[in-house]
Amino acid sequence: MKSAVRMTGIVKRFPGVVANDGVDVDIRAGEVHALLGENGAGKSTLSNILTGLYRPDDGTVEIDGHPMQFSSPRDALEAGIGMVHQHFRLVSTFTVAENVVLGEPDSPFMMDAARVAQQVKELSDRYGLAVDPSARIWQLSVGEQQRVEIIKVLYRGAKVLILDEPTAVLTPIEADALFKTLRAMVAEGRTVIFISHKLDEVIKVSDRVTVLRGGKTVGTVETASTNTRELASLMVGRSVEFNRIVRSNPADVAHTVLTLDGVSARDDRGREALHDISLMVGRGEIVGVAGVAGNGQRELAEVISGMRPLSTGRIDVAGESVQSGRARSAIAKGIAHIPEDRLHTGLASSHSVEDNLALKNYRSSSLSKFRVLRRKAIRAQAADLVRSYDVKTPDTVTPVRLLSGGNVQKVLLAREFSSLPKVLIAASPTRGLDVGAIETVRARLVEAAERGVGILLISEDLDEIMSLADRIVVMYEGRLVDEVAAEAADRERLGLTMGGSTVSGGAR
Amino acid sequence: MRSPIRFERRLEQPKWLNWAIPVVSLIAALVLGAIVLLATGKNPLDVYGRIFERGFAGTRALSGSIKTATPLAFTGLCAAIAFRMGLINIGGEGQFYMGAVGATWAGLAFGGDLPTGAVVIVMALSGMVCGGLYAAIVGVLRAKFNTNEIITSLMMNYLAAIFLNYLIYNSTSYWRDPESRNFPAGKPISDRADWNFYEIGGIKIPLAFLIAILAAAAIWVLYKRTRFGFEVGVIADSPKAARYAGIRTTSTIVIVLALSGALAGLGGAADVGNFRGLLDSKGLQMSGYGYTGIVVAALARLNPISTLVVAVLIGGLTNAGFALQGPDFPSGLVGTLQGLILFTAVAGEVLVKYRIRRNRRIAAVAA
Ligand SMILES: Nc1ncnc2c1ncn2[C@@H]1O[C@H](COP(=O)(O)OP(=O)(O)O)[C@@H](O)[C@H]1O
Ligand SMILES: [Mg+2]
Repeated sequence: MKSAVRMTGIVKRFPGVVANDGVDVDIRAGEVHALLGENGAGKSTLSNILTGLYRPDDGTVEIDGHPMQFSSPRDALEAGIGMVHQHFRLVSTFTVAENVVLGEPDSPFMMDAARVAQQVKELSDRYGLAVDPSARIWQLSVGEQQRVEIIKVLYRGAKVLILDEPTAVLTPIEADALFKTLRAMVAEGRTVIFISHKLDEVIKVSDRVTVLRGGKTVGTVETASTNTRELASLMVGRSVEFNRIVRSNPADVAHTVLTLDGVSARDDRGREALHDISLMVGRGEIVGVAGVAGNGQRELAEVISGMRPLSTGRIDVAGESVQSGRARSAIAKGIAHIPEDRLHTGLASSHSVEDNLALKNYRSSSLSKFRVLRRKAIRAQAADLVRSYDVKTPDTVTPVRLLSGGNVQKVLLAREFSSLPKVLIAASPTRGLDVGAIETVRARLVEAAERGVGILLISEDLDEIMSLADRIVVMYEGRLVDEVAAEAADRERLGLTMGGSTVSGGAR
Repeated sequence: MRSPIRFERRLEQPKWLNWAIPVVSLIAALVLGAIVLLATGKNPLDVYGRIFERGFAGTRALSGSIKTATPLAFTGLCAAIAFRMGLINIGGEGQFYMGAVGATWAGLAFGGDLPTGAVVIVMALSGMVCGGLYAAIVGVLRAKFNTNEIITSLMMNYLAAIFLNYLIYNSTSYWRDPESRNFPAGKPISDRADWNFYEIGGIKIPLAFLIAILAAAAIWVLYKRTRFGFEVGVIADSPKAARYAGIRTTSTIVIVLALSGALAGLGGAADVGNFRGLLDSKGLQMSGYGYTGIVVAALARLNPISTLVVAVLIGGLTNAGFALQGPDFPSGLVGTLQGLILFTAVAGEVLVKYRIRRNRRIAAVAA
């Protein structure tokens, strides 16, 4: 079969790391080819080389059998290679159509709005990329924004599409729609390079898989002749199993650390997002909140951590009430929070590791005196935490956005756990992490529970909730619709209640 | 149509660019200027020599440059402190006017009674309060109603200009000299309200410039060393993270804008106390210190200490420009030279962030 893209012996070095160390991949025309690897394996670097963002230190790139040297994404696009980045590059006040033509080298001064809208519509119909050409970007969900990015690349005539961890920002339902789109594109003869570290997805969508580990190619396999277990061991270099983690000391539900009593709250658009939620978490208990994203989970986490005011109800931590909408009060009462959006909510990503580790306790007398920061103490605290949480960073002044996903999460965990909280809200704490990091995060959560922290684990990943939680509640349209003990939980029932079906004999 | 070149954001910004680009920009400006000068029949070396001599060589030239730099130092700091938090305060101009109004009032009211030191302090405080409150309006609008501060602060510049005109031309206000019926002018403050000059190494330095140095150092400490500075940095980086960490975003926005306006207001006070001695509506409006201050801050990359240095450079260039003007050297040519220097400096700034690439068709190169 013909190669659409062949990369041979690719080497790319960054100061202190070899991101790609002799990578070989051969991508056939008309296939979905997955690049699988843990965070830091070198997937993004490889795709940045293919699109001309980086120049390789060694190795060759061939497109349709011709050797190429790209010096910018435009060169690559002219050769038919387009990339959908992990982080979107859209102008939020512009319409979909405007964003699609924006930055076109040949774009006329005035755009022919009707014609562009027509073309956008054609593309979106053809590939099932439902989006309104006249909508403005800020009105769109993350999934819709991603569709705009894809349309943009298609509009410029890309024959080879690279998607860098496209599902990281999607709900499972949106992800399935994306997979259909990708299949439709290859059915028309386009080629898709799908980057991921999620085994199930790779199995679901790809024709062939190339596994990268530590900057090297481990091998390429036909998807039809492999399974998640084999891919996982190729990816991490050893066999892995996720089992229910055994706790040494059980939860102490007699002592309640977190109480929500009739809590309601509104979302950013002023609509009621939480309806009359009552919930208790005991000392050392892990309560899992299951549900399809967008059913109020984010608002729930924000309300408890003081980032969003309540419209009614009250929240108590160990018997003391938390002021509504006051993050400072929540922090002072001992509520730690690992938000879903780590890089922009949980961390100030352009700030250094040490500043981020001090983000919540810089006001304490050990880190500042007379409102002046004690830099030495901040640095010492960071050095300490970096060591004990095994954060891989060159030094403590590196901006966190330069760290890999797993290390970003470690910085967050280090800060939140070291505050010795009574309650921890963890929102999708392992989303987007690689296998090794997922193990670490889960172990830390269990450790915290054993120390007596009450944990509210909000996640869409049922396996995660079922393997960690003592008790599971289900959220649907801003209400708690079901509650079961973890031992008694079965996936089918949870799946049904998450989808809004009522179950007879529900706990509340 | 397809342009032959395009800009691409640099992924990595090499450190050496930080000093290489300004040096190359300056050389480029000199070369471009030389071409213009040669084309108009002037000797570039001779002209550049004169610019250096009039702007920077010797105590007299430096005294003049620092004098011109003083108001720019304040408006530069005003812009820098707000821009660092991502608040685009374009209102330094109007805040400067309001500072001048407040300080002139204080000078007129207390100039006759209090000792000089006390009058200076009262004028400075009054200027800061007026400039600060004026900017705080922008801050409250932004913090409470999320209005765009670029637009509100700019509109308030026009409002301030109208207010100045009203005080001097369209009313018999406290600020207007009652003697001046045909040619309305401001009422001069008493000599006791005049701010001092100090001689340091033969260079005459206005008190106001010394205050600017103190202010720049204070801002540096505030932003680098204090909790407040830390909070400002986090808000600038990510407002959501700030909210998450329990930082009071709304009040910080108002405080930063008020501080920014207070600096411009202090500049206005200094301008009255050290130089003009009265509320000079027309003179203030023609100077445009507020707008030049934005350029100063941008060239200084929002660093308060560099802001002072850049202000002196721009001050020197301005003075040299005045000195060059004459029958054989039209002011248009002076403006062109100054413009070239600013232009290449800004272009250099762009080159630190972006690289220029040629647009080619497919770049197929045999390996
Ligand atoms: N611009 C860069 N500067 C320095 N190191 C980098 C840069 N980009 C990536 N790296 C490093 O190269 C390695 C591979 O990163 P990346 O290609 O992003 O991995 P992946 O996409 O598979 O998670 C990591 O160790 C990462 O820290
Ligand atoms: Mg990546």
